[in-house]
Amino acid sequence: MTDPQQHIDRLHELSAAAREQIANAASLDELKAVEAGSIGKKGELTLLKKQLGSLDPDDRKAVGQAVNEAKSAIEAAIAARRATLEVEARRAQLEAERLDLTEHPARRRRGHLHITTASRDRLEDVFVGMGYTVAEGPEVETDWYNFEALNIPPSHPARGMWDTLYVDLGEPESTLLRTHTSPVQIRVMQAAKPPIYMIMPGRAYRRDTADATHTPVFHQIEGLVVDRGISFADLAGTLEAFTAAFFGPGIHSRLRPSYFPFTEPSAEYDISTAEGGWLELGGCGMVHPNVFRAVGIDPEEWTGFAFGFGIDRMAKTFHGLADLRDLFTNDVRLLEQF
Amino acid sequence: MKVLLSWLREFAPIEGDPVWLGEQMSDLGMAVEEMTELGKGLDGIVVAKVLDLKPHPNADKIQLVDVDLGDGEPLQICCGAFNMAVGDVVPLATLGTTMPNGMAIERRKLRGEWSNGMLCSAAEIGLGDDHAGIMILGDNLALGTDFKTALGIVDDVLYDLEINPNRPDAMSVAGVARDLAARLKVPFALPEPQVAAVGDDAKGRASVAIVDPDLCGRFLARVLDGVHVGPSPHWLANRLTALGMRPINNVVDVSNYVMLELGQPNHTYDLAEVPDGELRVRWAQDGETIVTLDGIERALRPTDGVIANRDDEAIGIAGVMGGASTEISGATTSVLLEMAWWDPMAISVSSKRLGLRSEASSRFEKGADPEVVELAALRFAELLWQSADSATLAPGLVDQRGQVWDRSPIALRTQRVSEVIGIPVGDDEIRALLEPIGFEFDEQDGPGVQEVVVPSWRYDTRAEIDVIEEIARHHGYSNIPGRLPPAVHTGSLTPRQLDRRLLRDVMVGLGFDEAMPMPFLAPGDLERAHVTSDAVHIVNPLVAEESVLRTSLRPGLLKAIAFNESHRNEHVRLFETGRVFLRPPEGQRLPGEPEHLGAVLAGEDAIAAVEAWSVLANSLHVDGWRLDQRVLPGLHATRSARILVGEHEVGLVGEIDPEVLAAYHVNERTGWVELDLDALLAEPHGETHLHGVSRYPSSDIDLAFAVDDQVPASEVRAAIEASAGGLLVGLDLFDVYRGEGVADGRRSLAFTLRLQAGDHTLTDGEVADLRQRVIDAVQASLPATLRG
Repeated sequence: MTDPQQHIDRLHELSAAAREQIANAASLDELKAVEAGSIGKKGELTLLKKQLGSLDPDDRKAVGQAVNEAKSAIEAAIAARRATLEVEARRAQLEAERLDLTEHPARRRRGHLHITTASRDRLEDVFVGMGYTVAEGPEVETDWYNFEALNIPPSHPARGMWDTLYVDLGEPESTLLRTHTSPVQIRVMQAAKPPIYMIMPGRAYRRDTADATHTPVFHQIEGLVVDRGISFADLAGTLEAFTAAFFGPGIHSRLRPSYFPFTEPSAEYDISTAEGGWLELGGCGMVHPNVFRAVGIDPEEWTGFAFGFGIDRMAKTFHGLADLRDLFTNDVRLLEQF
Repeated sequence: MKVLLSWLREFAPIEGDPVWLGEQMSDLGMAVEEMTELGKGLDGIVVAKVLDLKPHPNADKIQLVDVDLGDGEPLQICCGAFNMAVGDVVPLATLGTTMPNGMAIERRKLRGEWSNGMLCSAAEIGLGDDHAGIMILGDNLALGTDFKTALGIVDDVLYDLEINPNRPDAMSVAGVARDLAARLKVPFALPEPQVAAVGDDAKGRASVAIVDPDLCGRFLARVLDGVHVGPSPHWLANRLTALGMRPINNVVDVSNYVMLELGQPNHTYDLAEVPDGELRVRWAQDGETIVTLDGIERALRPTDGVIANRDDEAIGIAGVMGGASTEISGATTSVLLEMAWWDPMAISVSSKRLGLRSEASSRFEKGADPEVVELAALRFAELLWQSADSATLAPGLVDQRGQVWDRSPIALRTQRVSEVIGIPVGDDEIRALLEPIGFEFDEQDGPGVQEVVVPSWRYDTRAEIDVIEEIARHHGYSNIPGRLPPAVHTGSLTPRQLDRRLLRDVMVGLGFDEAMPMPFLAPGDLERAHVTSDAVHIVNPLVAEESVLRTSLRPGLLKAIAFNESHRNEHVRLFETGRVFLRPPEGQRLPGEPEHLGAVLAGEDAIAAVEAWSVLANSLHVDGWRLDQRVLPGLHATRSARILVGEHEVGLVGEIDPEVLAAYHVNERTGWVELDLDALLAEPHGETHLHGVSRYPSSDIDLAFAVDDQVPASEVRAAIEASAGGLLVGLDLFDVYRGEGVADGRRSLAFTLRLQAGDHTLTDGEVADLRQRVIDAVQASLPATLRG
């Protein structure tokens, strides 16, 4: 028969020792060891508890209560210590992972659309929003599509308006690099019956010596509307709507009389500038009856308008490009700015 | 076309702010390209005479000029021009003058020598385009007098107008005045020359035969006697100078003045040099020659028109240039004056062929006014009389007519006018707009139709639509309120356009910059790239380096890489989408223009190129593609492949042949992707049919095979896929290893297979069975053995 008081004294010793070890535990692992040595399966407190069976029932109750109190005290101390150690461990790990975010090397970069493509896409998007579809056509064309069908018969003085590059196909001067995107109008009107609401972006070619404002290869976007009852007023309204959509509110359009063989009345299309002046952007007009006749559309039944402007020049104006030739140098130091 | 405000005012009371007047002209389709206020900044410029010329002691490009302002005292000026001689009379900007360009003239030292003013070039004082030398004045001017007074220069406004091809009427000062007067609603009147005809009748002294009436619509000849060739009066010379023509002598100057004023080019012959005064107008014979005014002998073609003499020898090229044999000289006393209307197409072809485009030919080819010739001849006589006071006009005129264009009245439908312009326009308004610019109206042709007679100065106006344009123009484009077409339409991009945008966006996301090389190549470029050289050629290239149309995007992109390397831009990734041009097969007119996507990866290898392609394929949802590795022209012999979708080749991928790189001066290894978008996008793509994701756990197994080097990894992959069946949901080649443990000529390919069933959790047994099945299949079908 053992003295219960001995047990209780031993318990107090154990509890005090354990709590001191807990307080001194420097890591979660150390804390775990203390836990195992005290209240674990093989811990001293557990062992002590197993000896309770040899006590009197009264003593057993008193000692048992003391054991439970000691165990609760140790558990509470462990939990508190664990919480502290966990915070410290997390903090230590985060500190160990510290990164200087300004050390990033430029390993990955995005590419860039060409300024002409980006401008073309924007133009297309505005017109798609206005109900137009987008048509394309060949860049090498016959004289008929590029000139004759557009009311520019052979040796028409207006042919001097376009310096043409001819290619070695067919009869001499019968096949050429299109001087404008207008032949696509002809192809569109041959292929589709009115009503037609289309834009035709693409590449065109002229025998121009390259300088800051000319390149032998350039990009145009052309618009064509053919429907019943289309008038010059519709042209003016359409270009005004486009101007507001593309350049923003406060920018307006103006039409001035001009001459193109394939339109009549013809006009220059200008937009207002922030400085209070006007900037010439392109040409437009009512589709000439002879153009309709060339593609078998009755000009009495249908009327229409067409317009066109230079994509590169637009890009030049709105991105501060000094020299159009820079569009073709493919220098990444320029390309990556867009 | 340049016009002076003072000259315009001779035909109509045109008033208003010069800038506002310029806006009116622009709004009429005569765009003002430049407006110059003349006479401004000329105060302080005086007439001086060169007394002495001395070299500057300290400068080669400046000389010291002593000038006299009338008091005989030499005044030293430093001058950078060397065109003057002692005794020349020149304009001097005195101290305190502010020049037209704003420069203030002050006394200053140039390299140690004092300059007490500045001698002026014509350009510096706005009297011409000549920058090169000091303006030399007539020596009859009083020294020291105010330059403006001495030269009769009045303050004026010069407009430089852009005239469109459909405005022959605006190729003259009077025509511009007529248009502007109509806009301003002020009366317009042509000049009424006061000329008394004296002497022997021109008939009998001159005759004209129009042999080919399709060449010449009208030929009016008159004779002037008592001509003395000499300088023109200042006022006339000044006007010519202002409009950009150089004064030469009174006869030439009057000829030009009449052309500028009335738009009627004309020509003068020394009557004594025209046998019997006989002129024959005909097409040239092939090989016929003529020495023109500039002293050059020119061979003619049947597309040129000539004026021949009695003996049928050509003495002038119709509408283009006169001949040397009948040129006006100091000895000329009687002048035969030609006022003709030439077929515009004939002049266009002839002047272009001969490379002789002039103020005259540009008017004839737009279509001159066949009815202004009498007035123009009288105006010529009046002005020549004013310029050389003894010149007189002989009575009688020789007038022959050939063919002009059909000038029948045009039926104009009022309703049509409104339909085209888009606003209601009434008959009265139409008349009010058109009559001031010379259109006349016959009797009404029934309700709503008017017969319009087009003025003779409007060669361009032939059809109803031409008349409608004139109505719109004078109504004012800015007075036509805009509206939108009424119908509602659905806008969209085509599938091709959407795919193209997708490809570009993916390339940009992969770090490629979009390049835009010119599609023109130099001879040899295609050969150097080892791509097809059967190209379309430009017949009339500007330079030989731009004479071949590309058959491949490779040369352009390689040049772009080389350019960037030479500017220290290395490891560049570029791509391009664009057309290439393939010579058409026999019987087809136009070349094939397939659209290609090309991508270059400088400093990267074929694997990187394949990765780029595989991302593109994945983006397009192109399934079932494979690589067929082989030797391909222009590409690296052991690092290139065809891209096949099904059995169709849709592109190439790999690296550029090192030999090609060397030929293009590219120093880095270069990966390459080339897609024929026409072929690629013809394959099924873009289908995104979602299938569910299994809820059951997956199992991964790793298998490494030692495989003969000749066997592509894709074959191992195919064998795994074929044998694993539907449970295989992922297959990743995660390691390639050569070396210890693997026999020479083989490499280890390690794959992770992810297995998963849609309806249950795979058992260990199922996984083990499948693993064995795959191993057996791979080992049986390929020279491959499972490792470890």
